[in-house]
Amino acid sequence: MSLIRATNLTKTYRVGDVDVPAVRGVDFTIEPASFVAFVGPSGSGKSTVLNMIGCLDHPTSGAVSVLDTDVAALDRSASAAFRGKNIGFIFQDFNLIPVFTAYENIEYPLIMVQNWPPAKRRDQVRALLQAVGMTDQADKRPDQLSGGQKQRVAVARALVAHSKLVLADEPTANLDHDTAYRIIELMRKMRDELGTTFVFSTHDPKIMREAEVTFTLEDGRLINHGEAAHG
Amino acid sequence: MAKLVQLAARNLMRYRRRTLLTSLLIIMGVAAVLLFVAISGSFKQMMIGQITDSMLGHMQVHRRGYVASIESLPLNLNMPPSLVGRIKQALDHEPAIAATAPRVKFGAMFSNFTETTSLRVNGIEPAAEAAVLPLLAGRQLDGARGGPLLKRGEILVPVLVSRGLKVKAGDTVVLVATNKDGSVNGKTFVIRAALESATGPGGRDGYIHIEDARELLRMSQPEVSEIAMRLKDPAQVDRVSANLEAALSDMKNKEGRSAVELHSWERLSPFANIARMIDVLTLAIKIMLVSIVLVSVMNVMVMAVYERIREIGAIAAIGTPPRRILALFLSEGLMLGIVGTVVGVVLSLGIIYALNVWKITFSFGQQQGLLLAPSITLQDVITTAIMVVAVAILASLQPAWKASRMDPIAALRHV
Repeated sequence: MSLIRATNLTKTYRVGDVDVPAVRGVDFTIEPASFVAFVGPSGSGKSTVLNMIGCLDHPTSGAVSVLDTDVAALDRSASAAFRGKNIGFIFQDFNLIPVFTAYENIEYPLIMVQNWPPAKRRDQVRALLQAVGMTDQADKRPDQLSGGQKQRVAVARALVAHSKLVLADEPTANLDHDTAYRIIELMRKMRDELGTTFVFSTHDPKIMREAEVTFTLEDGRLINHGEAAHG
Repeated sequence: MAKLVQLAARNLMRYRRRTLLTSLLIIMGVAAVLLFVAISGSFKQMMIGQITDSMLGHMQVHRRGYVASIESLPLNLNMPPSLVGRIKQALDHEPAIAATAPRVKFGAMFSNFTETTSLRVNGIEPAAEAAVLPLLAGRQLDGARGGPLLKRGEILVPVLVSRGLKVKAGDTVVLVATNKDGSVNGKTFVIRAALESATGPGGRDGYIHIEDARELLRMSQPEVSEIAMRLKDPAQVDRVSANLEAALSDMKNKEGRSAVELHSWERLSPFANIARMIDVLTLAIKIMLVSIVLVSVMNVMVMAVYERIREIGAIAAIGTPPRRILALFLSEGLMLGIVGTVVGVVLSLGIIYALNVWKITFSFGQQQGLLLAPSITLQDVITTAIMVVAVAILASLQPAWKASRMDPIAALRHV
């Protein structure tokens, strides 16, 4: 059974009196525990597709279901609850909470989004810190961390609540190549260990080669679907 | 909840200077309001006390129409003994009344045998008057201070008259008065003491024994112009007034209207207007405080939301429920209000304590060296605190609502 299924997915923005198509009738399916990249140049519609999968945006037409839920039909509160329970996010700009330490940033979804008991929370955050190699940086605030370290914390935050799906919009865009590669490696390692599906977008050809499944978008249309064997 | 409060506190400390300035504004506002309430309240209570405890009493009963004509002190509107008896009976049944004092009031000519002036004369029962006006004895400037307020044949002369006519304690003077039939009569008195004015330099009230007054006016029966009352709790004036209105309602005059009227000190003294003005000023100061808190907290919260749009987008995207985002920003405003209020209350209580230790004195009318003793009730503190905290929440509501309704995508794209 597919984790994500998009059918004739379309998104058109209205800018003044002009309709600007961002995604034009895209169909795809993504299986559980896969490592998927949406690739294409800037403005090709990658982020819009990820936003619709993450129920941050609604399609103009067509349908998208995640975990058998029609996410386009969810209202503001329901979509927040769905995201909190099922989807982790990794952002290009990290978007960590600047007044919290790395530990507290990872802990945040378990308190503010879900409601885990303290002991279980502590064990889970420590496990994630160790998994992303940030145990010794746990007490540092984001402004004391490098870009790569911040993104490691962001990966841990996306996974901490046992998300079944992690969406990462250009997660390596603000990192140098080596660091970017290590972050992608970390994401794949976490997929291997936890079975979480990772869907990320990138326009970096070297990074896109790391994905097992790629969907290539151009002008909002899906022009290529490729699968590569990794081991 | 604890994490929410922790996050709110850290967010506030993110912009230390702005938070500090806003807190200072609230602290100074709260302290200013509480100090004003304490000092003006103390001044008001002291002045009310001076007026009620040395001149008017808390309430008075008159025959209908007497107060409207009080400038001429009309003897034909005195209350006959039968009416006085019924009134006394009603007053005796009211447990909130601590003491009552009957008075006969009239206008007279006061002479030292070479010069003459006019005087408002109060015929009093000394013991009853002292019970109703405990500060009256303290207004005596010279003469015998111990014992009863005065004895038969003695007169307490207002200081204005004693200085004007150059008379002093022990001097013999004469009072000449016209009774209600138009006959003129005179009687000599010995000055017991000069009496300081309670309200200012214009006071012309003198006091003699009520029996001397009746003798001077050749009353055929013991009439009374008014009955002054002292209440056990002055704050109960309105309640007691309502009780007495009901108890006296069956006393009708020939026109079928109530034969007597009740007047609280507020209706008899112009100081009631000053007291009301103080209340209005207090309200104005409170409105200023509300404005300060509203504008400063709203400014801080609007800025906080504007500067953290991307952060709001991120926390919304990872699934933070809109109500939690609302609560987060409300907590920040609430925290500002609480901190400002607590520090402001502590500061004002400290200053009030210091003012009581330093014992600041002032003058009011002829009264010199009145001690300013500011005090504040728990109710005033709680009311002000609730008001400030409520306004702080109100001021945070719009920015917090805006944050909770923010579209995550638009917020994440914000530059």
